[in-house]
Amino acid sequence: MNYETIIGLEVHVELKTETKIFCGCKNDSNSEPNTNVCPVCMGHPGALPVLNRQAVELALRAATALNCTINQQSKFDRKNYFYPDSPKGYQISQFDKPIGEHGYIEIEVGGEKKRIGITRLHLEEDAGKSTHAPDGSHTLVDFNRTGVPLIEIVSEPDIRTPEEARLYLEALKSIMQYCDVSDCKMEEGSLRCDANVSLRPVGETKFGNKAELKNMNSFRNVQRGLEYEVERQTAVYEEGGEVVQETRRFDEATQTTISMRSKEEAHDYRYFPEPDLVDLAIDDAWLNRVRAELPELPLAKRTRYEQELGLPAYDAGVLTADPLVAQYYERVIAENVDAKAASNWVMSDILGGLNNEGKSPAECPISPENLAGLIQEVSSGKISSKQARDVFKTMWETGKSASAIIKEQGMEQISDASVLGPILDEVLAKNEKSVADYKGGKDRALGALVGQVMKATKGKANPALVNQLLIEKIQAL
Amino acid sequence: MKLNSVKEILASVHKGETTAADWAKASLDAVRKVDGELEAFLTVDEDAALSRAEATTADQGGLAGVPYALKDNICTQGMLTTAASRILENYIPPYNATVANLLNDAGGVLIGKTNLDEFAMGSTTETSAFKKTKNPYAKGRVPGGSSGGSAAAVAAGIVPFALGSDTGGSIRQPAAFCGVFGLKPTYGRVSRYGLIAFASSLDQIGPFTNTAEDAAIVMNAISGYDQYDSTSAKVEHEDFTQDLGLGVKGLRIGIVRNLPEEGLNPAVKQAVDAAIHKLEGEGATVVEVDLPHSEYAVATYYLIAPAEASSNLSRYDGVRFGRRAEAKSMIDMFEQSRSQGFGMEVKRRIIIGTYALSSGYYDAYYKRAQQMRTLIRRDYEKAFEQCDVILMPTTPTTAFPFGEKSDDPLAMYLNDIYTIPANLAGIPGASVPCGFVDGLPVGLQVLAKPFAERTILRVAHAYEQVRDFSWPQPELGVAE
Repeated sequence: MNYETIIGLEVHVELKTETKIFCGCKNDSNSEPNTNVCPVCMGHPGALPVLNRQAVELALRAATALNCTINQQSKFDRKNYFYPDSPKGYQISQFDKPIGEHGYIEIEVGGEKKRIGITRLHLEEDAGKSTHAPDGSHTLVDFNRTGVPLIEIVSEPDIRTPEEARLYLEALKSIMQYCDVSDCKMEEGSLRCDANVSLRPVGETKFGNKAELKNMNSFRNVQRGLEYEVERQTAVYEEGGEVVQETRRFDEATQTTISMRSKEEAHDYRYFPEPDLVDLAIDDAWLNRVRAELPELPLAKRTRYEQELGLPAYDAGVLTADPLVAQYYERVIAENVDAKAASNWVMSDILGGLNNEGKSPAECPISPENLAGLIQEVSSGKISSKQARDVFKTMWETGKSASAIIKEQGMEQISDASVLGPILDEVLAKNEKSVADYKGGKDRALGALVGQVMKATKGKANPALVNQLLIEKIQAL
Repeated sequence: MKLNSVKEILASVHKGETTAADWAKASLDAVRKVDGELEAFLTVDEDAALSRAEATTADQGGLAGVPYALKDNICTQGMLTTAASRILENYIPPYNATVANLLNDAGGVLIGKTNLDEFAMGSTTETSAFKKTKNPYAKGRVPGGSSGGSAAAVAAGIVPFALGSDTGGSIRQPAAFCGVFGLKPTYGRVSRYGLIAFASSLDQIGPFTNTAEDAAIVMNAISGYDQYDSTSAKVEHEDFTQDLGLGVKGLRIGIVRNLPEEGLNPAVKQAVDAAIHKLEGEGATVVEVDLPHSEYAVATYYLIAPAEASSNLSRYDGVRFGRRAEAKSMIDMFEQSRSQGFGMEVKRRIIIGTYALSSGYYDAYYKRAQQMRTLIRRDYEKAFEQCDVILMPTTPTTAFPFGEKSDDPLAMYLNDIYTIPANLAGIPGASVPCGFVDGLPVGLQVLAKPFAERTILRVAHAYEQVRDFSWPQPELGVAE
């Protein structure tokens, strides 16, 4: 039988506010353990939460960017459960009135555009970090992360393949970065993803039992975990079995999923409205301002790159995935250089270099203006493309401009026919055989002559000009 | 040095006749003399009180030099704050409640922390894990609760004022039982920051004093918007003493038609009726109002309050502070710490509340209770279109003997029948002593619409000027 895969994703994104969501502590979970804490985020008796407006602002921005309907009357609820890193014994979250609902993300699958629905986006607080001793003797808890603002983004079960899941996550991350609401570093936990996956016979409308996958710490692992799970569930059905509704953990070492607990033991979170906070009202002015201030989003940018700059779809996709890359690229072309030439340099040389050194575009040793300068040196014919590679290398190492390096190293291309003339004459005189070969129809012989000129000029001769002059001179012989 | 008037102490300190230190010493003497038997205090820090008093100047603020006590569910930085629970027996808060800061700033001198029902859950102060506070007027009887220690400390003349908290009557009921004035302000009037939560949507801090005027002076110091309490109200600061002298001429007193009288002691009713009559004599008019949903108030309260409490008390898990039980596993540690740390009444309410919030029961219990709460609030809104204050007994009976209702939670809960609606409606209410029955105080409850504390204080003050019953000496108290 053929099965259809149904996937829904729950993504938690840490918002990069200055302070935590309900207290004045610094939003920085990487400090020394338990240094960014206070009576509020430690859940001391009598301490009360106060909502951080910046967290609401960022959530609002994210919800708007994800095409959500905004609930201008929203509220917070308590989700009750015991765990050492949940200091109050409940998490302040949003239950029945999330800040955003009914949104979507557009992804491109095999050249086709597809919309993945977003059920809801809500604000909540993060928990602390528990570290359990391997021997079970104790648990250490770091409360720095407690109260860090999160948005939880729940997708509709619209995703049909593990690849679509990865594409959805990439698009989501890109949008979050464009809105500047989060770093979205999955390895550091500022973006976390759980996946619900189930199968059903093609044509069936009811959903099958689902597995909830946890512990996937990279986009690649999300795809792999889902792929494994689809295989596993298919096998269960094909053997006539029934998939158990349960939570499963992705195991990186074996690239498989392992059962954690069955859903029957699921918590009853006893949600009820948080009485320590007043309802959250977002007035028209606030919402309109957020909408107006929303930056150009990746999809719009990508379309613009294709249509206005004439870039190939692939280039447009690569350049717009990360807003910092797009920003860099736009600063390069602002200097009036060819869009495609700039795209080539940014995609291969700049991104390659950054990747090698694990740097972000913000840390790029070559400024966009300097890269534009290099491109101009090539297009004006001052240096050859080959020379440009060497100049690029030096620019990367020293941060100097292309023109300075060209001057320092005397690399300026010789494009003056009166200077090249005597050199060419000498080369022609010394290489009669090559001249004869060329005349005899061996076009390759010209290459050897150009090579000799380049050797004589230490590579500085303008190759195109040399070519042209050589042909002229040979024909005149 | 009589410790029964905030107003007189302020005047004396202001004139330079006495100092903050004199009053602190007098208050500490009174503790030593009386509290061995009264057991109103859980913690008294003599050194802290004296050094605070020494540092207080006569012009420091609205309470310069006045000694006071705080209910032990109000956090005091560096000073034990237990909520009368084993689970917090060693808890020293790292911060001050907003009211503690405000009172310090106003020049008040904290004498100590008073006994209460564990986590403010109770009507007798008997559920305290530590002490059995006596009623100053009858040592075999309860002082009321949950702020029994604060009420008793003021009634016994140890401090001229004390703060308590009122979730379903926990200020007004012990005020009535102990013969003192007690005010529960409008929800949101006084910051709850640092008040150990029982039921967040109902809790409110307020003062115990001997007179309405003293309560007005204390309210001037403790009320106001607090950026650390999102539920505190953004209202203009006002002078609560402003309307005290206006009298009641032309004021409309509402009395409730068909007030539930189950368990109402006729003598208590008589005393309250006499007080209303007195006010009529002063020019107030009486109108009848309806509160049709009153009979559901107790049931509503005993769903909402435990539901919130079950969640509020989840933080006591032994992880970060308080009592931690030795156990073999993490879950076991939670369970043991809580089993050993909480008393019976607290456990009962956690269980009720957890049940009421459980999936499948939420709609039938918690949600219905919230709907009823809205109806009760509307009853009061409507009633206050017809009158300025509503008067009724604070409690159906006078103080009862220890143990009488301890084993009968329903009978105990019914004791709060007249006080609970004000918390559900979020309105202010006070209890004013209005007579004695068999040597035991009776309280007249004065309710008004939200933020109309000044009207309550005005009516209470007017009544205090004309009441003429004979006032016995307390059995336990500072001899005059």
